[in-house]
Amino acid sequence: MTETLSNPVFRPIDPYVSAFERLFAAEQDRTPDWISKLRQNGFMHYQELGLPGPDHEEWRFTNISPLASRPTVPILVHTHPPLTMANLQPWLIPGLECNRLVFIDGHYSAQLSEIKSKAEGLKICSLARAMTIKTALVEPHLGRHAQATSQAFVALNTAFFQDGAFIWVPAGLALVEPVHLLFISTVPETGASIHPRNLILVQRDARLQVIETYAQLKEGENLTNTVTEIVAGPNARVEHCKYQCEGPQSYHLAAIQIHQEAHSETVSHSISLGGRLARNDIQSHFAGAGGNSLFNGLYLAGNDQLTDHHTVIDHAQPHCGSHEFYNGILHGRGRGVFNGKIFVRPGAQKTEAKQTNRNLVLSDEAVIDTKPQLEIFADDVKCTHGATVGQLDSEALFYLQSRGIGRDLARQMLMHAFAQEIIDRVGNEPLRDYLDARVQEQLAAIPLPVNS
Amino acid sequence: MLEIKNLMAKVEGKNILKGINLRVKPGEVHAIMGPNGSGKSTLASVLVGRSAYEITGGEVLFEGKDLLALKAEERARAGVFLAFQYPVEIPGVNCTYFLKMALNEIRKSRGLEPLDAVDFLALMKEKMKYLELSESLLSRAVNEGFSGGEKKRNEVFQMAILDPKLAILDETDSGLDIDALKVVAEGVNRLKRPDNAQIVITHYQRLLDYIVPDFVHVLYNGRIVKSGGKDLALELEERGYDWIISAVSEAAPN
Ligand SMILES: Nc1ncnc2c1ncn2[C@@H]1O[C@H](COP(=O)(O)OP(=O)(O)OP(=O)(O)O)[C@@H](O)[C@H]1O
Ligand SMILES: [Mg+2]
Repeated sequence: MTETLSNPVFRPIDPYVSAFERLFAAEQDRTPDWISKLRQNGFMHYQELGLPGPDHEEWRFTNISPLASRPTVPILVHTHPPLTMANLQPWLIPGLECNRLVFIDGHYSAQLSEIKSKAEGLKICSLARAMTIKTALVEPHLGRHAQATSQAFVALNTAFFQDGAFIWVPAGLALVEPVHLLFISTVPETGASIHPRNLILVQRDARLQVIETYAQLKEGENLTNTVTEIVAGPNARVEHCKYQCEGPQSYHLAAIQIHQEAHSETVSHSISLGGRLARNDIQSHFAGAGGNSLFNGLYLAGNDQLTDHHTVIDHAQPHCGSHEFYNGILHGRGRGVFNGKIFVRPGAQKTEAKQTNRNLVLSDEAVIDTKPQLEIFADDVKCTHGATVGQLDSEALFYLQSRGIGRDLARQMLMHAFAQEIIDRVGNEPLRDYLDARVQEQLAAIPLPVNS
Repeated sequence: MLEIKNLMAKVEGKNILKGINLRVKPGEVHAIMGPNGSGKSTLASVLVGRSAYEITGGEVLFEGKDLLALKAEERARAGVFLAFQYPVEIPGVNCTYFLKMALNEIRKSRGLEPLDAVDFLALMKEKMKYLELSESLLSRAVNEGFSGGEKKRNEVFQMAILDPKLAILDETDSGLDIDALKVVAEGVNRLKRPDNAQIVITHYQRLLDYIVPDFVHVLYNGRIVKSGGKDLALELEERGYDWIISAVSEAAPN
């Protein structure tokens, strides 16, 4: 593999090289050609791109050097003893009738999964299975949307992914029960890396709600590098919610790539609560006219944590609308990064794009780097963006206190209100209540500033 | 109930209160009047513990205890309430939820069980009726987008729910139309009991037609320069403040 390099990588010894060679050798005989090619290409791009350094345009504020210097062991064979439903309890959503696919360290657990929905043509299964029995559905899409050529971690995922979810909603079907994808890391060993891969294909006039939860069984250091590709067919509707709640020592990298056909409507919620480093690259591409997309996100970061959202909305077609709302709460020595790119291509007239990023910075040491990036090449468009960075409103705090509410509780109420702006946009009620409760727990754990 | 002795306070280096003396007993209604900028709202703010104000002298006893030593929330729990001249908007915090939290925090501090949702709702319904407040208003965020009159009504509604021992109303009448003024004044009067007291800050005699004070005080330049019965308000309505101000200036030229 190394001979195919066009540019030397910046790291002389890359543990992924030997891991890839092992994987490739092991898979050689039993893997169809197209998958081998996909992997090989992925790995080639990864080697060309190298892990992004601090001089990389898209990684200026997110330093991954602690990640680059740690050992990396892709979990290729699943060895963890089986979990039970009791283990999953914290991440099941009370009152939510749903289909559930569970992945332990990136490997599908049939025993913990449950598919309830039945409909002609509907497919909800593990991607590994779909790749072998539904090749005709998978091959045209897998790896065609996510950008292995420009995103090193997507390339790495493409080289190493073992499993994930495959969802195919046939034309015209409005799936009532959401699909809950639960990715549990057992934190098997230091340096473990897990590369889940999801492919979600929603056909013309169909509807789907899907939830991705990323959690750790116990606190510890591990890397999750996940990629989700979503295709919303003409006039389809997809509501996607990603909930990331791995522990404070975890590294989390995620790419969500949405492809939207004409008049489709997509929603992306991203609730990012933890991790030493959590990076979310969320992108939507309008491939047909008249589409709409809503990006909605909440992020928290405290001591020695960094949460990063990089979004791209590509208005390649006219008459599309996009709305982005991201709220962040940074405390202690926490860092937040928000970068929102909006492209309006030539001819994408009547584009409406709105972007809002609001940040509560609760301590002197907390940092937020926020940057809108609008590149507009059409003239008949409405694009607005705004970012705010502030503290809790002292007048509002005093008002609450003057009614008998203690300062700590008053602070909680104001932080919660700020978080709720985002949570309230989650359409599904049990999910909304669940997320709201988890966020409140996190807020309650934020240490108060001294002298308050 | 309340005893203010030679209270002095400044804000941003400027002396605003220059020695206030006032005694309020249970069952009494006191009106405080005075020209713009004389320090009325400052006095109210100092009493409820707004931290922007620095106390430079004097003391305040509430039921015999040092009020100024308490935090804002502790004063509220002790039974002091201010209906603000300019209530703040708190986006995202639901009115009903907020009030329930407030009431239950106060109850907790007194060793009482919290009211459950059903009991609280019943209490709200009762108080809403006589303040003619709509349910839809209370389902919104605290004061957010409320009209001037709605904000004032909401302040008195909060007072009705929290049932303070000492209520200070800072220009609750301003911004109310005539009918609303009547409703609010009646609401305030209903809350009056022999064991609680009210301090009403206003510019207009009109309010005092409905909320009849036992005493009227004139605050000027950080001091109470004249006190009297309810007739003093009528006299002020007729003659303005000039006669009092010139009398003060003669007595103590600056
Ligand atoms: N936070 C502050 N910063 C600076 N000056 C202040 C502050 N608060 C009050 N002041 C000043 O103190 C003085 C008294 O203000 P205060 O609001 O107490 O007057 P008031 O008697 O309530 O007037 P009004 O009848 O207009 O409501 C004014 O000159 C005002 O500008
Ligand atoms: Mg005033």
